[in-house]
Amino acid sequence: MSVSLVLLVVMAALYASGIYLLLERSMTRVLLGFLLVGNATNLLILITAGKVGSAPIVADGVAPEDMTDPLPEALILTAIVITFGVSAFLMALIYRSWKLARQDNVQDDADDIALRTGTLLLPSDGSDTDSSDTEFGLRGEAAVSTAGELEVELEDAADNATSGADTSTDDGSAR
Amino acid sequence: MNWLVPLVVLVPLVASATTLILGKRPQAQRIVTIIALVIVLAIGAILLYTVDLQGSLAMEVGGWEAPFGIVLVVDRLAALMVVVSALVLLAVLVFSVGQGLADGDHETPVSIYYPTYLILATGVFNAFIAGDLFNLYVGFEILLVSSYVLITLGGTEERIRAGTTYIVVSLVSSMLFLASIAMIYGAVGTVNIAQISLRMAEIPIDVQVILHVMLLIAFGIKAAVFPLSFWLPDSYPTAPAPVTAVFAGLLTKVGVYAIIRTETIIFPGPQLNIALMIIALLTMVVGVLGAVAQADIKRLLSFTLVSHIGYMILGVSLGSAAGTTAAIYYIVHHIIVQTTLFLGAGLIERVGGSTSITKLGGLLKAAPIVAVLFFLPALNLGGIPPFSGFIGKLALFEASAQQGSPLAYVLIGAGALVSLLTLYALIRVWNMAFWRPADDVEGYESPLLDNVKEAPGGRTVQATRRLPGLMIGATAGMVVVSLALTVFAGPLYSLSARAGENLEGPTTYVDIVFPGNSGPGDPDPGGTDD
Repeated sequence: MSVSLVLLVVMAALYASGIYLLLERSMTRVLLGFLLVGNATNLLILITAGKVGSAPIVADGVAPEDMTDPLPEALILTAIVITFGVSAFLMALIYRSWKLARQDNVQDDADDIALRTGTLLLPSDGSDTDSSDTEFGLRGEAAVSTAGELEVELEDAADNATSGADTSTDDGSAR
Repeated sequence: MNWLVPLVVLVPLVASATTLILGKRPQAQRIVTIIALVIVLAIGAILLYTVDLQGSLAMEVGGWEAPFGIVLVVDRLAALMVVVSALVLLAVLVFSVGQGLADGDHETPVSIYYPTYLILATGVFNAFIAGDLFNLYVGFEILLVSSYVLITLGGTEERIRAGTTYIVVSLVSSMLFLASIAMIYGAVGTVNIAQISLRMAEIPIDVQVILHVMLLIAFGIKAAVFPLSFWLPDSYPTAPAPVTAVFAGLLTKVGVYAIIRTETIIFPGPQLNIALMIIALLTMVVGVLGAVAQADIKRLLSFTLVSHIGYMILGVSLGSAAGTTAAIYYIVHHIIVQTTLFLGAGLIERVGGSTSITKLGGLLKAAPIVAVLFFLPALNLGGIPPFSGFIGKLALFEASAQQGSPLAYVLIGAGALVSLLTLYALIRVWNMAFWRPADDVEGYESPLLDNVKEAPGGRTVQATRRLPGLMIGATAGMVVVSLALTVFAGPLYSLSARAGENLEGPTTYVDIVFPGNSGPGDPDPGGTDD
């Protein structure tokens, strides 16, 4: 079986960088890693087709030996569709994770940590994790840690301004 | 009867599309889903009956001849698996319908739960009857993608976190499986399992071992054998109770099923049997030690699940018909019992408001039915004599003793020890959650208080947590089935034995796909069709 060296090198590079990315904690990089590994696997399937030949269409004057093996291409098509669907789902998952927790990283399991440190936490009942689908669900306020203070300051400022305005109008009426 | 074979996959697939159309009518969705699964159960039973009497069936999809087209193969093992999984899927569905009706479908978003569940069923059935390695991959992908949706159902933070681990690990295993298919195709020029089996003997032994190891790693991740099992206890417990039950019962067993096919048909030689025996030993021991350390019932059950996968791998690793027979019986027993236990855990969560044994107490008085429904499968899993767990383990030990190597005897000892530790872990649950009075629980809060808090806006305050009849009924049905495994152990075991004999060496399987043993089917050795 003769194999194109270029395809082989590209496949190896894709596998290497894909696996490197898969080992990261950031979900976005995991997604990119999955895409690279998926494409590397597709190339691997393509390589198994062996010698490159003419299109596998039965026509006059084309001997079967001169044709490319069509089966790997059919397999690749299926694999591409599956990869596509799964990456769409992964993206939805990442977005949901970002929306809920404002983080892109894969989190440690709380029970595992509890077991390691010897403090067995009581598992939450799940009822408190339900959140409305707002942009700032659950820990949203933590995204800008000074947001609360800012709000208070703004309110104070607004109060001052209105009271100032009041006093000024008062002054005006008094004049 | 060949025409019945594809219906096993088609019926749930079409029903899934139907339920998707009926998205706004949950009642209709439920009815369609239940009807579809009942039909598959009936077809599975008919297939099992005919296959057992008249020999295995091979269906060439679209009329394309065997090595070129896709072939669906139903032998005794596949038919048995279809029947058992249809039964489990149906019982869990009834359970979740009961839960959904009682909760007003908070746990299970109305429109997508039933279609996804049916797609999961499609994938499982497709994997069981696939006679083609790539079709097996597609079956795996179908069931995995729907399991991604089910495990992150509702999209709460905890489920997203747990689901992420599960999804990434499953993706890696799928890629590994796909890469091994590519390499097997590169080596033997076909993806038809029977033809691979015929041609694999001509391949140099070192290449064979590489392909064999790659396939085993890919399936090992799905089956959760020891070094590859750590994703399972992290991800399963957070999903809704019925989803966890069906995952625990079926998904890992599909991996074990693929390992059986690999070991008996694709690589029938004893190349890796010693390695598999050591893996079985480690899976059993490490899994059960994890279970002993847990305080949460669902996590504890997840660890016992990993541990008991070890028993099945033990049966496969013996490389004898007796070992395969015992493994098949054990798979059937374990699918039923593990699912029942998870359903029981769902009931406990409902009655006690928690699944942590540090928080539970006095459930024996509060819900005696649940106590019975948990106690029987717990003893069964632990291997107490009259139950099927004992019969399965005894058969495994007998097959090991027949093989007679020192390692086999070590495995018998480990198996007995693990069985006792399983019993210890489950009896601890029983003692803490059911047996001890509620007053002994530190900081005990009545689940009723919890319930009052949960009620939204004080509009509908439920006074008591009632147990829906459907949930109790489904769990009780599963307990009855698990007891039937004991009562009808004789016929079932001889059926497993006939299935195991079918798998002694690849020739029987090859004869199904290439009848009349025109076998090698090798007019063009390159495998380039056309």
